[in-house]
Amino acid sequence: MMRAFEYVRATDTARAVEMVTADPNTSYLAGGTTQLDLMKDGVLAPERLVDITHLPLRGVTGGRGALRVGALTTMEELAADTTVVERIPFVRDALLLGASTQLRNMATIAGNLLQRTRCRYFRDPAVAACNKRERGSGCAAMTGTARMHAILGTSPHCIALHASDVAVPLVALDAILRVQGRDGARGVPLTRFYLTPGDTPDVENLLRHGELITAVEIPLPALGTRSGYLKVRDRVSYEFALTSAAAALLIEDGIIVEARVGLGGVGTVPWRAREAEEILIGAPATMEVFRQSAERALEGARTISGTAFKVELAKRTLVRILRTVSGVVA
Amino acid sequence: MTGAAARPPRAAAPYEVDLALRVNGITRRLRVDTRVTLLDALRDVLGMTGTKKGCDQGACGACTVLLDGRRVVSCLVLAAACEGRDVTTIEGLAHDDGTPHPVQQAFIRHDGFQCGYCTPGQIMSAVSLLAEGRGGSDAEIREFMSGNLCRCGAYPNIVAAIREVAKAGDDDAGV
Repeated sequence: MMRAFEYVRATDTARAVEMVTADPNTSYLAGGTTQLDLMKDGVLAPERLVDITHLPLRGVTGGRGALRVGALTTMEELAADTTVVERIPFVRDALLLGASTQLRNMATIAGNLLQRTRCRYFRDPAVAACNKRERGSGCAAMTGTARMHAILGTSPHCIALHASDVAVPLVALDAILRVQGRDGARGVPLTRFYLTPGDTPDVENLLRHGELITAVEIPLPALGTRSGYLKVRDRVSYEFALTSAAAALLIEDGIIVEARVGLGGVGTVPWRAREAEEILIGAPATMEVFRQSAERALEGARTISGTAFKVELAKRTLVRILRTVSGVVA
Repeated sequence: MTGAAARPPRAAAPYEVDLALRVNGITRRLRVDTRVTLLDALRDVLGMTGTKKGCDQGACGACTVLLDGRRVVSCLVLAAACEGRDVTTIEGLAHDDGTPHPVQQAFIRHDGFQCGYCTPGQIMSAVSLLAEGRGGSDAEIREFMSGNLCRCGAYPNIVAAIREVAKAGDDDAGV
């Protein structure tokens, strides 16, 4: 049973930020698909929820150099945006390969980026050992059954996966979060927003309590850039990724001029594969180059028995999407 | 009449909320604990048990309803957040004369269920899928119905039912 809480509907952004900032036991409520789920599980127990869904933070604007996506824009709404479909189709693909239509009609883009890990030990308060729930309590995943866990960005204290699909192309595109705090607004690059667990798995990102994401800015890649998102999973639909890869390539005369690569299903944070990009940029678009980039991307992988298969799978996932996006045959 | 009737209504406690929402076109006023989901409000407060509770954690789709015309899982929506909103449930699909909705008729024709527990959610989801224009092929139907689980495994007949309505392009297949 959920702990009793007070429900407040916010009508003003500054007021909402003030209310949450002032009280550590007050949380925002947007789409609710993670928040209410974890409240039912007893992982989260706020004393007050501030419903922000009526704030004017919804819709997609811009379209020349960058898109500005209001924080409350739903996954389905963003996936249907014309500019997204035409200019960054791998964002659309990542959105539509996540969750179900019902959940995508509810979940907001900011909520998606802030979703909590699916680690089953984190989500089960009956398991005592979880450094993400309680720092210093241990990590049950390390010694337990762990398949849906991370192999990049891990620490001895936590291997929980960040399971967002859409965050993968968004880190590849250098998206920027617009964040409103009590004392002003700031922009935070998504690639720096997420924090790998280290000694503090309970601290997951740069948001301070009460700060509110108001928009996500997505810089658009050069015209002619082609992109794709490949998601590999245990069943064909409505499942989290075992591995996934997002790639955007600009190829001129057979040479890769621009490359942006992200990996999903493998990182404690949505993973920007800069080492892979370094191999790709300036190189000819060939299978050999793709394989080299995949080798580099997974060099830092650390596995346990349940996740060992992910290294090879992630490499193949990346090579496959690079091949698909580039159109390289054989 | 007793004296109690003359008393002003009790003010809502901090953990309660008064709200008015439209369910199948009819405005309903209720006072609920803030923890009550839309699903529980429909079933336990309003007595509308057509909407089913399966997993209660957003995974199975049995509780699918339309909220302002879009399909959602009602187990992860707070009733308190539904003030002023439009909810359509399985009870609201039939025509005024009682004729079942074309999707309901197709499910019967194709035997799109066994135990029937997931069926209201399947049908609400299917009606929405058709409105979204996603009934173009069996593969598309399967992909965009994947949020509705059927433990009996009636999937082939569910797909057949939806395909038939999609192909017919029935003007009555909306809500």
